[in-house]
Amino acid sequence: MSAVIKRFPVRLDTRRGTVDMTHGSGGRAMAQLIEELFVKHLDNELLSQGNDQALFPVEAGRMVMSTDGHVISPLFFPGGDIGALAVHGTINDVTMSGAKPLYLSAAFILEEGFPLADLERVVVSMAKAASTAGVPVVTGDTKVVERGKGDGIFITTTGVGVVADGVNISGNREQPGDLVLVSGSIGDHGVAIMSSRENLEFETSIESDSAALHTLVADMVNAAVDIHCLRDPTRGGLATTLNELAQQSGVGMKLNEDAIPVMPAVAAACELLGLDPLYVANEGKLVCICTPADADILLSVMHAHPLGHNVAIIGEVVEDAHGFVQMETGFGGSRVIDWLAGEQLPRIC
Amino acid sequence: MRYVEEFRARELAQKLSAAITGEADSDRQYNIMEFCGGHTHAIFRYGVQDLMPKNVRFVHGPGCPVCVLPIGRIDNAIQLAEQHEVILCTYGDMLRVPASGRKSLLKAKASGADVRMVYSTRDALKIAQDNPEREVVFFAIGFETTTPPTAVAIKQAQSEGLKNFSVFCNHVLTPAAIQNILESPEVREIGTVCIDGFLGPSHVSSIIGSQPYEFFAEEFQKPVVIAGFEPLDVMQSALMLIRQINEGRHEVENEYTRVVTRDGNRKAQQLVADVFELCRAFEWRGLGLVPYSALQIKTAFADFDAERRFDVPGIQASDVKGCECPSILRGVKKPTDCKLFGTVCTPENPMGSCMVSSEGACAAYWSYGRMRAPESVEVKVESVA
Repeated sequence: MSAVIKRFPVRLDTRRGTVDMTHGSGGRAMAQLIEELFVKHLDNELLSQGNDQALFPVEAGRMVMSTDGHVISPLFFPGGDIGALAVHGTINDVTMSGAKPLYLSAAFILEEGFPLADLERVVVSMAKAASTAGVPVVTGDTKVVERGKGDGIFITTTGVGVVADGVNISGNREQPGDLVLVSGSIGDHGVAIMSSRENLEFETSIESDSAALHTLVADMVNAAVDIHCLRDPTRGGLATTLNELAQQSGVGMKLNEDAIPVMPAVAAACELLGLDPLYVANEGKLVCICTPADADILLSVMHAHPLGHNVAIIGEVVEDAHGFVQMETGFGGSRVIDWLAGEQLPRIC
Repeated sequence: MRYVEEFRARELAQKLSAAITGEADSDRQYNIMEFCGGHTHAIFRYGVQDLMPKNVRFVHGPGCPVCVLPIGRIDNAIQLAEQHEVILCTYGDMLRVPASGRKSLLKAKASGADVRMVYSTRDALKIAQDNPEREVVFFAIGFETTTPPTAVAIKQAQSEGLKNFSVFCNHVLTPAAIQNILESPEVREIGTVCIDGFLGPSHVSSIIGSQPYEFFAEEFQKPVVIAGFEPLDVMQSALMLIRQINEGRHEVENEYTRVVTRDGNRKAQQLVADVFELCRAFEWRGLGLVPYSALQIKTAFADFDAERRFDVPGIQASDVKGCECPSILRGVKKPTDCKLFGTVCTPENPMGSCMVSSEGACAAYWSYGRMRAPESVEVKVESVA
């Protein structure tokens, strides 16, 4: 008689254990980490095949692919964490082409000593975000670096998706006369992060807007309009995204400050810290540029979706050889909205 | 946001704009120097200039604490971090200011120096408490507004018996700088710069009060209006200045009455007086050596003075060739007069300090106002003296 030999006689200690170099060595410890943590939570048909790659049939038409590294600090913040963010961020990058996102891959760089409990919390959150979005993580990789050579955990996700025929969304398609729409209030994510940074803790009810925007974009694309550009204003905020788009299309923009949605608590936090909400990051908002006629249709479509409920027309595309994004201030003057230079730093006096 | 948005109201701005246009004599030019970078920032951020008649011009003054610090002092700070291996704590704006040899604190940090951005002196104290085996130096800069918190930190460090905390003191004084500008040859004799009146500092005045400006308003016959940092404050104060100029008055008036009194914050003044004393002369970028224009740490607190604790040599460093920061800080030149402006000097790659801080005139011109350049920013400076 022979007893069943368990592959891993001692279970992974996800309560008190920490990541060590063996978890990245390619040996049994790594196999156990993958099986008892990653596959356990992210489980899906393609991942559980256990190959070094995921094999899936390709739909006819055009595919899109995008990748995004996530290095956020702190790892857990009001309204989200690095795991959910890594799923949402890449889904959104794929989606901004008008695509339906299909699959994700995830590469983890773990620092020696990182608590397995935190890792599990991150992976559970990733799994939840992926299953809610209906976009599974189908392949992955894990590496471990020595203590002091990482910041706990870095996650890189790559996504693929398909774009329907006739959809042509690109940053170079802006035309003078187009309108600029933003899907909701800006600056929520950045302020939520800052409120939980170690040296800056302040009390706020603001949560990150981290969300996957693909269902909103699907509704917009299905509205049978010709969307010229879509982009999610993440790092560098709305201001930087609009400058990127203006440069790509060789046009300028004129914005109306009063029309830009900013939650009062975000405005107050920015006021206190000397920051400009136009430059504060978002993780669940998009900018859409289209003709005025299409804007009418998109406004009602977006308004009907929970992630676009606070959509607003914030300005228009104009001819401008310099590519300036200008804004009429709420005060009645005008100014340039420039690219973000360096990091936004608090003013001292 | 209550108590903030009221001071940014468009309707009131339009009324003030009409009042200023009505009262400003169209046959003359009004040159108003806003001393503070905070005012410069507000003027550009809200587009205040668009609401002013063409003959009312803002001349940007030297009140940007990051801009006026001479390069040698930043070199000193880098040396403290690199050679003495201290933890150097400083406010964020200082990190990107160019030092000698194309260095900056940010670059020193990237090369391994322990430079940390703090939001308050309390953060610096906490770093000292948390790292008893390391020397922690707070790189203190700023006008009278930032001085009391430094005084508090030094007193607290003393009462807690902290042995590893010291301050590299670069606190400067506003009235001395304004007086220096008024005594400069450009203003007094040559007449290349005409300043008809001053928008007085808001936060600085909340500490020192409005009284310290009375001497030079009288002596130099220039009106001063203490102005808040909100755009309506700036416009209301400009109107008050225009009235004084029209009536030939040269008084100190206070528009920022919701915060500033004639005597200022006595408690803060006492704290500063306990810890600091006047330094005989201090070098300002743009103004040169200005007598009694800065503070130094009193002997009683010598243990907390980084300049006594470490070897901090006097460094004479020169600006990048062609950089007009010194003239811009005195109001003699505009950012667009500088050959480097927008060519090799931009906020991403600043050559001079005025391009670094959001309170610097060059950064404000570049980031907020360059769609105007050069046509409508160009205002001919005429002497009416």
